[in-house]
Amino acid sequence: MNIVVLVKLVPDLVEELNIDPSGAALDMSWLRLIINEFDDHAEEQAILLKERGGGQVTAIVPEYEGADEVLFTASARGADRLIKLGGDFLVANNHALARACAAVIKELNPDLVLTGVQANNDLDGPVGPTLAECLGMPYVGYVSGVATGDGKVTAMKEYPGGLKAEMQVKLPAVLGIQAAEQPPRYVAVSKVRMVMKTATIETRDAGALDGSGAPAVGRMFQPEAAAHAEMITGSVDDVADKLVNIFKEAGVL
Amino acid sequence: MSQDIFVVIEHLRGQVADMSYVMLGGARALSKAIGGNVVAVLLGHKAEGLAGNFAADGVLYLDHPALAEFTSDAYQKALVGLISEKQPRLVLLGSTSIGSDVAGGLSVKLGLPLVSSCRNFTADGKYVSQICGGKINAEGDLPSPTALVTMVPGGYKPDAGQSAQAPALTKVEAAGLDALRVSLAKYVEPESGDVDIAKEPVLIAVGRGIQQQDNVQLAEDLAAAMGGVVCGSRPVIDQGWLSTSRLVGKSGKRVKPKVYLALGISGAPEHAEAITDSDMIIAVNTDPKAPIFEFAKYGTETDLFDLIDPLIAKVKAAKG
Repeated sequence: MNIVVLVKLVPDLVEELNIDPSGAALDMSWLRLIINEFDDHAEEQAILLKERGGGQVTAIVPEYEGADEVLFTASARGADRLIKLGGDFLVANNHALARACAAVIKELNPDLVLTGVQANNDLDGPVGPTLAECLGMPYVGYVSGVATGDGKVTAMKEYPGGLKAEMQVKLPAVLGIQAAEQPPRYVAVSKVRMVMKTATIETRDAGALDGSGAPAVGRMFQPEAAAHAEMITGSVDDVADKLVNIFKEAGVL
Repeated sequence: MSQDIFVVIEHLRGQVADMSYVMLGGARALSKAIGGNVVAVLLGHKAEGLAGNFAADGVLYLDHPALAEFTSDAYQKALVGLISEKQPRLVLLGSTSIGSDVAGGLSVKLGLPLVSSCRNFTADGKYVSQICGGKINAEGDLPSPTALVTMVPGGYKPDAGQSAQAPALTKVEAAGLDALRVSLAKYVEPESGDVDIAKEPVLIAVGRGIQQQDNVQLAEDLAAAMGGVVCGSRPVIDQGWLSTSRLVGKSGKRVKPKVYLALGISGAPEHAEAITDSDMIIAVNTDPKAPIFEFAKYGTETDLFDLIDPLIAKVKAAKG
């Protein structure tokens, strides 16, 4: 099984988010980027499939600051081939990313393409379904369990309320991963450092990016809350006392 | 070409999803700003009966055996035919396990722009989308002449999309539904688990802020003292720290306890939509900008790791 996993980096929401001077985009200059957690799960699922059924895993990461580290980490986890997609992806939308990746992925001739079901900065839909259509492959998203065999893949698709559907998908296909069957494995920094000495990152130039299909943004802003919680302050003891009183008022103590 | 606003109805196993009514409500509000009819688009097989309470000016009903259950491939193919023939002003889909699976493909296939995570429309007909876990809003003109929009809940109440009067239903031929590459093998019922968190009056919920598996025990201790049950947001479940039966959120359970005590939960939209029916939400989070403080009744920035032990002691003392 020839598996490709597409991993992107997204703003770390723990950090302060600011709007740039245009007023219509995030200020990316000081933004810390981290691996999209759903892509992290897609990578884990790809490695699990390889461990279970053999094959090759190719990790593709668009060029951002930190892309090399993400690729080397993928290698330390078990990815066989590392590709960095060169281009100005920091400001590119998902339509542009999907088209650029599709060109590279076609050459790799994969059986299965995995990526995260969504990312926190999607504004023109998640990248998976768009990528699938660019590749002419079927897509199933919200997947939290994958099995392969007989030229098809069985994907456990999640619906609201905990209901799941077992979908059978003809290969080649793209799946949007919600959660891998086990948490993404931890690799020690020392192992990543060792990999850096031996693993090779191939670079492909995406060329001119075509972002058509995404909406224009007039302005971005931090939403003004219609309401705000009544904040409980004071020492830890004060806060605990007040919470106990609130529990009593609510009739649960 | 028309000014119509299409709403792609989401339904599973004979049940129309609340999101469908939210979108119909949004479409009604938007039609006041930009005109056009609200048209519910229902895909299914022997499913006419679902359309009786749609607050729509009309229903386009595509009936085909291949549409009996949702699959991305069949839905997408049926919608490609319909949208290219009717050329509506807008097509609204859910930013859900159904709508998100088809919207991106439709966008590429039909060459139509796609706006995702739209929460509401402004009075002058602009989209407002929620990104970065609810911390940033993006606003802009709806691309013309036709645009696809996926919607998140929160902007409109499901009531706004319901009507006592059944709208007129028109059957439309569903074409191109051959050589399908995705099929439903079976549904798998949710894990029942030891407790049903949807029925518990006191929920102690843990999020990413609980940091590691060992710390979940702190929440268990507090829950034991209070007579409540521990549940969690997606990251905690995905780490395997709690079983899926304890998941609160878009893909988990909707809960409505008397008290929902959220420990280290930021309150991303996917989580928020499932807890808004709680009588009282209390949020403990060191990030003063966490979206959860916007809909919690009470909040504190006290570090949960400092707070839990004294809180357990005081809860026990109060219980006597």
